[in-house]
Amino acid sequence: MTQISGKVASSDRFKSPFSRGQSRQKQQKSLSDRFVDVMIVIAIIAVVVVVLYPLWFIIIASFSDQTKVSSGQVTIWPQGFTLAGYLRVFQDTRIWTGYRNTIIYTVLGTALNLVVTLPAAFALSRVEFKPRRLLLFLFTFTMYFAGGLIPNYLLFKQLGLLNSMWVFILPGAVSVWNLIIARSFFETSIPEDLHDAAQIDGLSLIGYFMRVVIPLSSAIIAVIGLYYFVGHWNDYFTGLIYIRDDSMQPLQNVLQSILLANQTNQMGSGNGGQNVMQQQQIADQIKYGVILVSTLPLLVIYPFLQKYFNKGVMIGAVKG
Amino acid sequence: MLTKAMSAVDEHGVIDNNAARKLLPWYKKLIWHCKHFWQHWLLVLPAMVFVALFAYVPMYGIQLAFRDFVPSKGLTGGKWVGFKYFKQFFTSPMFASTMLNTFKISLGTLILGFIAPIILALLINQIGSTKVKGFVQTITYMPHFISTVVVVAMLNIFLTPDTGLIGKLFGTGTSMLDDPNAIAPIYWISEMWQHCGWNAIIYLAALSSVDLSLYEAAKMDGAGRLQLIRYVDLPTIMPTCVILLIMNMGSVLNVGFEKVWLMQNAMNLPGSEVISTYTFKIGIQSFQFSYGTAIGLFNTVINFAFLIIANWISKRVSETSIF
Repeated sequence: MTQISGKVASSDRFKSPFSRGQSRQKQQKSLSDRFVDVMIVIAIIAVVVVVLYPLWFIIIASFSDQTKVSSGQVTIWPQGFTLAGYLRVFQDTRIWTGYRNTIIYTVLGTALNLVVTLPAAFALSRVEFKPRRLLLFLFTFTMYFAGGLIPNYLLFKQLGLLNSMWVFILPGAVSVWNLIIARSFFETSIPEDLHDAAQIDGLSLIGYFMRVVIPLSSAIIAVIGLYYFVGHWNDYFTGLIYIRDDSMQPLQNVLQSILLANQTNQMGSGNGGQNVMQQQQIADQIKYGVILVSTLPLLVIYPFLQKYFNKGVMIGAVKG
Repeated sequence: MLTKAMSAVDEHGVIDNNAARKLLPWYKKLIWHCKHFWQHWLLVLPAMVFVALFAYVPMYGIQLAFRDFVPSKGLTGGKWVGFKYFKQFFTSPMFASTMLNTFKISLGTLILGFIAPIILALLINQIGSTKVKGFVQTITYMPHFISTVVVVAMLNIFLTPDTGLIGKLFGTGTSMLDDPNAIAPIYWISEMWQHCGWNAIIYLAALSSVDLSLYEAAKMDGAGRLQLIRYVDLPTIMPTCVILLIMNMGSVLNVGFEKVWLMQNAMNLPGSEVISTYTFKIGIQSFQFSYGTAIGLFNTVINFAFLIIANWISKRVSETSIF
């Protein structure tokens, strides 16, 4: 399945007209290169399997009969196909509340992230804006030095953010890392000629940003939008520390409490008969289902944004 | 005053606007600046407000580490007590074990997390077909987007003794997750599994810029496949490696709170209590705000020191630095 490049295959193509010794040397080299080729193919297949199989296993286990999962019969395909786990997951109202909360926090949060980050990144990319060096330093400094958990907590308390949905949205409005990536993009990928042309046409800087730069920046918007989106979606920390009401917990925290409840079930199942066994199986089934259901949205948007990744991270790599 | 003003006029009697502007009194300069740059300021302002409020105000609250906490005074704290809370931490029985655990978990993550992506990138770079390359990349990036909660749940599932995918290889009895000595390796390896592919992107980007004539030249000299990697690919990505290493050094004590917290249980606690989880327990769960702030500050300072030292060394050795 894997084709290795013909970069070094030259020795096959032309035989050396010079000397026998040299050509023998070349043949030996191509032999050792073949060996390296094979090793590389094996290594890559191994990497793919190691990365993919755990994910695949969760998927097939969620559709399988749990007795077959725990006895090790489920390896490549689902065994004893069942949707029982999913039915239970969808009947669980906590999941739906968590879903609703996470969607609200993620959509509002990501929108605010973009609205705040993109203009700032653009302004900091403008060479004529002299204070940008100082500002950039002040932003970057916060990446390496921070007040820490307790001062944050006390600040949120004073601001009334504790146990409020805004704690998911406001404090993380700017991620300095994303700001730097976006700034590099504006610096390197938007030709300065456009700015000159826009000025001649009488556009103000903000007008230029809104009407020229933004429409040309779909790649970077997709990339940092995705970063922010994933960050909000996967956030467990905020719910754990700043939220007390169960009704406000996002999906990850709901997920964790369901998993934890199942685990305690497991521990308490020492002395029991058929009933406990059954309960255990149901708990396992839910476990797999709930993992998949909570990860599904990311897996769905992933292929669509995948083409932007390389571009986005490469931009980040060229940072100044 | 007049001679000073004359410096803005060249020999033809033409006034240089930029030079003339520098002669203005400061408030007029400010007015000029505002007039020309108010739009720039307007664009950065929201971000500045958020960063000032949510990064710099808590930084101001660091003084709490040196003061007794008084509920009514909040962030600024009460009586100045100096290093009392630091001493309390250094002399507490938890100090040695949390430091050791933190270093153990983070250092292993740092080393593996530094080497593995480089190897993976060199491997992926060897794939000729763009389709296969894209496929391998897509697969290896994927785990990066899975939440910590799910990753730890997967660890629990796979490490379950007897029935788990990996657990059954290690026989019966207790789960590896209950073993304090196994926590660090489990953490390293699962981190590598999750982020290796993603962290390789940056090296792949660097590798895509290799001058192809270098390969040709090396092949002329009789370099084999491995030599091409060793003498062309590796030197190309070296500067990127150094920069990433420095940046990673800045988080040497930043063990991801979420993951360790989720992996912790009563059994593995001796091996899994790290500074961030301890801060949480002390500060938030048992309301010792000043003590918690002091531990957190200690953590930040160590990280910062590592960052500075790594940056300084690299500046000396390789002339690559992040600031």
